[in-house]
Amino acid sequence: MEKKKVGFYWCASCGGCEEAVVDLAEDLLTALEQIDIVFWPVAMDFKREDVERLDDGEIFATFINGAVRLSEQEEIVKLLRRKSRVIVAFGACSHMGGIPGLANGVAREAILDYYYRNGPALESREPMPPDPERTWKEHGFHLPRFYENVRALDQVVEVDYYIPGCAPPPNVVKGALAQLLSDQPPPSGTVLAATHALCHECELNDTKPEEGIRIQAFRRPHLVDKIDPHTCLLVQGLICLGPVTRGGCGALCIKGRMPCTGCFGPLDGVRDFGAAALSFVASIIDADDPHDIERILDEGIPDPLGTFYMYSLPKSLLFQKVLPSNGRRTARTEPRREKAESR
Amino acid sequence: MASKNGDIPRIGVYVCHCGTNIGGQVNVPEVVAFARTLPNVVVAREYKYMCSDPGQMLIKEDIQKLNINRVVVASCSPHLHEHTFRKATLEGGRNPFLFHMANIREHVSWVTQDPEKATEKAKAIVEAAVYRIQFHEPLESKHVPVHPDVLIVGGGIAGITAALTLADAGKTVYLIERESSIGGHMAKFDKTFPTLDCASCILTPKMTTVKDHPNIHLMTYAEVLEVDGYVGNFRVKVKKKPRYVIEDRCIGCYVCIEHCVYKTPKHPSEFDEGIGLRKPIYIPFPQAVPLVAVIDPETCIEFKSGRCPKKCQKACREIVGRDAIDFTQKEEILEIQVGAVIIATGFQIFDPSRIPEYGYGRYPNVYTSLEVERLVNASGPTGGAIVLRDGRKPQSVAIIHCVGSRDRNYNPWCSRVCCMYSLKLAHLVRERTGAEVYNCYIDMRTPGKGYEEFYEKLLHEGVHFIRGKVAEVTDWTINPEEAGKLVIRVEDSLIGVVRRIPVDMVILSVGLEPRSDAEELRRLFHISCSAEGWFLERHPKLAPVSTYTDGVYIAGACQGPKDIPDAVAQAGAAAGEVLSLVDRGVIELEPNIAVIDARRCSGCHVCIALCPFSAIAFHAEENVARINEALCKGCGVCVGACPSRAISQQLFKDEQILAEIEGLLMVD
Ligand SMILES: Cc1cc2nc3c(=O)[nH]c(=O)nc-3n(C[C@H](O)[C@H](O)[C@H](O)COP(=O)(O)OP(=O)(O)OC[C@H]3O[C@@H](n4cnc5c(N)ncnc54)[C@H](O)[C@@H]3O)c2cc1C
Ligand code: SF4
Ligand code: SF4
Ligand code: SF4
Ligand code: SF4
Ligand code: SF4
Repeated sequence: MEKKKVGFYWCASCGGCEEAVVDLAEDLLTALEQIDIVFWPVAMDFKREDVERLDDGEIFATFINGAVRLSEQEEIVKLLRRKSRVIVAFGACSHMGGIPGLANGVAREAILDYYYRNGPALESREPMPPDPERTWKEHGFHLPRFYENVRALDQVVEVDYYIPGCAPPPNVVKGALAQLLSDQPPPSGTVLAATHALCHECELNDTKPEEGIRIQAFRRPHLVDKIDPHTCLLVQGLICLGPVTRGGCGALCIKGRMPCTGCFGPLDGVRDFGAAALSFVASIIDADDPHDIERILDEGIPDPLGTFYMYSLPKSLLFQKVLPSNGRRTARTEPRREKAESR
Repeated sequence: MASKNGDIPRIGVYVCHCGTNIGGQVNVPEVVAFARTLPNVVVAREYKYMCSDPGQMLIKEDIQKLNINRVVVASCSPHLHEHTFRKATLEGGRNPFLFHMANIREHVSWVTQDPEKATEKAKAIVEAAVYRIQFHEPLESKHVPVHPDVLIVGGGIAGITAALTLADAGKTVYLIERESSIGGHMAKFDKTFPTLDCASCILTPKMTTVKDHPNIHLMTYAEVLEVDGYVGNFRVKVKKKPRYVIEDRCIGCYVCIEHCVYKTPKHPSEFDEGIGLRKPIYIPFPQAVPLVAVIDPETCIEFKSGRCPKKCQKACREIVGRDAIDFTQKEEILEIQVGAVIIATGFQIFDPSRIPEYGYGRYPNVYTSLEVERLVNASGPTGGAIVLRDGRKPQSVAIIHCVGSRDRNYNPWCSRVCCMYSLKLAHLVRERTGAEVYNCYIDMRTPGKGYEEFYEKLLHEGVHFIRGKVAEVTDWTINPEEAGKLVIRVEDSLIGVVRRIPVDMVILSVGLEPRSDAEELRRLFHISCSAEGWFLERHPKLAPVSTYTDGVYIAGACQGPKDIPDAVAQAGAAAGEVLSLVDRGVIELEPNIAVIDARRCSGCHVCIALCPFSAIAFHAEENVARINEALCKGCGVCVGACPSRAISQQLFKDEQILAEIEGLLMVD
């Protein structure tokens, strides 16, 4: 049997997802019996030209981690899309924008200003904003354009499958690979992890009170003296996003006594992870007086955007327009705030 | 697009003119032409009155001939005709929930000035409905039995009448009255207009029948605390305040009151509007029902100091042998189950001290009409003698109409009964004292059976009628003739002069107002109030005693100012509505309940504590939550909270709502 050609690529990411592939250890070697890696910039010496030389659709599957913010990233993922029959968004950043996506809460100009013009880390050297066309010692060169905002992979190209997680734990990656290589791959668009929320597989779910959850104060993990490892963290007042997060990780964080921050993203049918998280958290607050509610929220959740959208801000309906097209709802994929961009 | 159940939607759109209600403002033919261009619309028609028989016929015929399987009617509010068109859809041979109503009257033609904009808006609303209905599915209605018992709140003449009608029909009635006796305002009157028959002669027999009726559970000194449930099945918590006298033991003999340590009454009697006095233990009036003493802990020495010799208790125990007085009585909370509710809590009078020019509270001889009702009452504090505060008989009396009514600064409405009761009081004052009586009115309003004739009669009895709004009541006198008297200054608009009329007594014909706690009651029963605070009927002409909450009816002056005949008529109407509901025995509930998809539910427990009807329970074996269909009321709370989108609500599914929004936004 001919080996299937496979590619790996990274965009805006921390490198953890690459590490996750390496973490497969022996399993990676077993996989290599079935596949042939044709592109993996982190680990192997392939060039863009090598990909360009391939026929369209020649690659069986490319795994892309990281979010998209640079024109270069956009160009390459579009190229890979053409060359690959299957595109897999690998890890939270490519799945939903991830941690880099939090930058969408700040204007592009403010970011450039902070890092290249007026930030405290800059020495008094001349400001060097990353202009696309530059010269240095008489050498002209291009820099990729820094887009107005961060996008998840499927906001740039069509994505067939998602492997969630920050980073995807080995068991999930293994399971996903097996599903992909099987004779009956799952329907396109599937997130290759559990179909229930995390609570469903969490050992602490049994410790929730029968009459439901009511919270009078939220507590932040680093300010809590002692976390009881035998009681549901949410019931203890820690914001655990287990109820709103896709399962599959085996409740890793909870086993480490840290509440789930939602890296596996939403369940099928949930349009906006943060909104769903906010709405469930708001529902379990045990207070009627608006002042009490405000106090509970202010004291317990000082950073709502970071809490509820830690991995999914680019996929949120916030800052977005929903454009109807033949009855299908598509998120706007072009960079927003065009005006600033053209300068 | 194919709908969820696989069939290709074939939509019929029917745009109603509603006479000129819609057609006068919205370009209906244009909306119809537009509807024809929308996806899956097979036919779009207009009609003058869609709710009429021929209008409904259009729907039925199109279903049969054109095989229409989704129906949209663009007309009035679903409150009015959703039922009509669902029925037409059903009669045409389709599930009634494959119908959706687009409101282009209340939401468009009545509220949009510019016809062009109105037409655009109507198009958007029609498009929203067309998009939404693609996602409708056939649903089955739930049928639940109606509890046959009835709750009536308020024991005035309206509540009493409704209670007797229902009890005579064999229904078990709980009559809740806040005061220690039923009777309401009517019990305070001596005579009633226009026939001048004695109020207690016609009211007392009804009151005692209530007390003795085997089907009526009378709870006085009681209030509704909590209401749960819905039409056919309300659970109501009632608080019975302690009266410190055991109802079953007391025989109303007054012996305790005679033996009270207060030799003479010292405290203003609430029932007598402060004109008479009572003791800390008292019976509000001799015809009270139930005729049981009550102790007011605010004035009773035992409650204030704990050191009263408690002579009343001793007398009851030793002289009467009933031992009815119990200082340790506690408030009691009872729970009752009923299928229907009638609210008949009446009105309160306007507080005339809000109009300082009339001197109420400043001049002792300025009275409210209700105080004078107690004065003229044969069993009132003066035994029916009309006397001033110092005991003198008045030689001249002015009656000022419309106090607090028909006045932008106070209440804009006409209180309807004040002209008539002012005439009644004028007659009674003249009859009892022979005094000169001056009625100062703005307009004389006597539109009732025999009312104009009553006015006519008074015109011949020598009462002076002055048409004009009284500017002021003052004790500032300018000539000896006025000395020691109150002077009213009024412009007599018929002869065009300002007059000063010196009188001994001024009666303020105060208007009727919603009770100050009407808002709380409104919230308890989830009904609506008009802007003024009167309970709102479902339709001012066609459903005058129904409310927007099924199973809750209103009767009497709580719905708006009215006299006794009208209050009684409404009470009868409300009783009729209740009978028709209760005797039907079952009601159909909207199938808009929430359902949990067990394949999606993670058992996260988020929804469980949220349900106000405790309809959700956790099933540990399967690690999922379940909703009890019979308990779910379709409030939607859990639906919004479920982080797994495992809960959906029928008729309000995400895809239905989103499609509706999308359709609404498509028109640009
Ligand atoms: C001075 C005056 C004279 C009048 N004379 C006449 C006349 O001669 N002829 C005529 O036809 N009309 C007359 N009227 C009008 C008449 O009073 C009303 O039409 C009639 O009282 C309306 O009856 P009702 O049962 O609706 O309300 P009400 O008489 O006000 O009775 C309501 C009852 O509900 C009780 N209640 C209120 N709130 C609660 C609660 N939350 N829980 C439990 N119980 C509650 C009250 O204690 C009261 O017993 C007169 C009105 C006034 C002010
Ligand atoms: S809320 Fe968190 S700790 Fe509690 S059961 Fe769910 S995943 Fe486990
Ligand atoms: S517990 Fe939550 S945050 Fe942690 S790995 Fe699992 S999904 Fe990610
Ligand atoms: S003496 Fe006893 S029976 Fe008589 S009125 Fe008083 S409490 Fe009732
Ligand atoms: S909120 Fe949703 S997922 Fe959680 S228990 Fe309820 S139905 Fe299940
Ligand atoms: S919709 Fe949900 S919360 Fe509301 S009554 Fe039904 S089960 Fe309870």
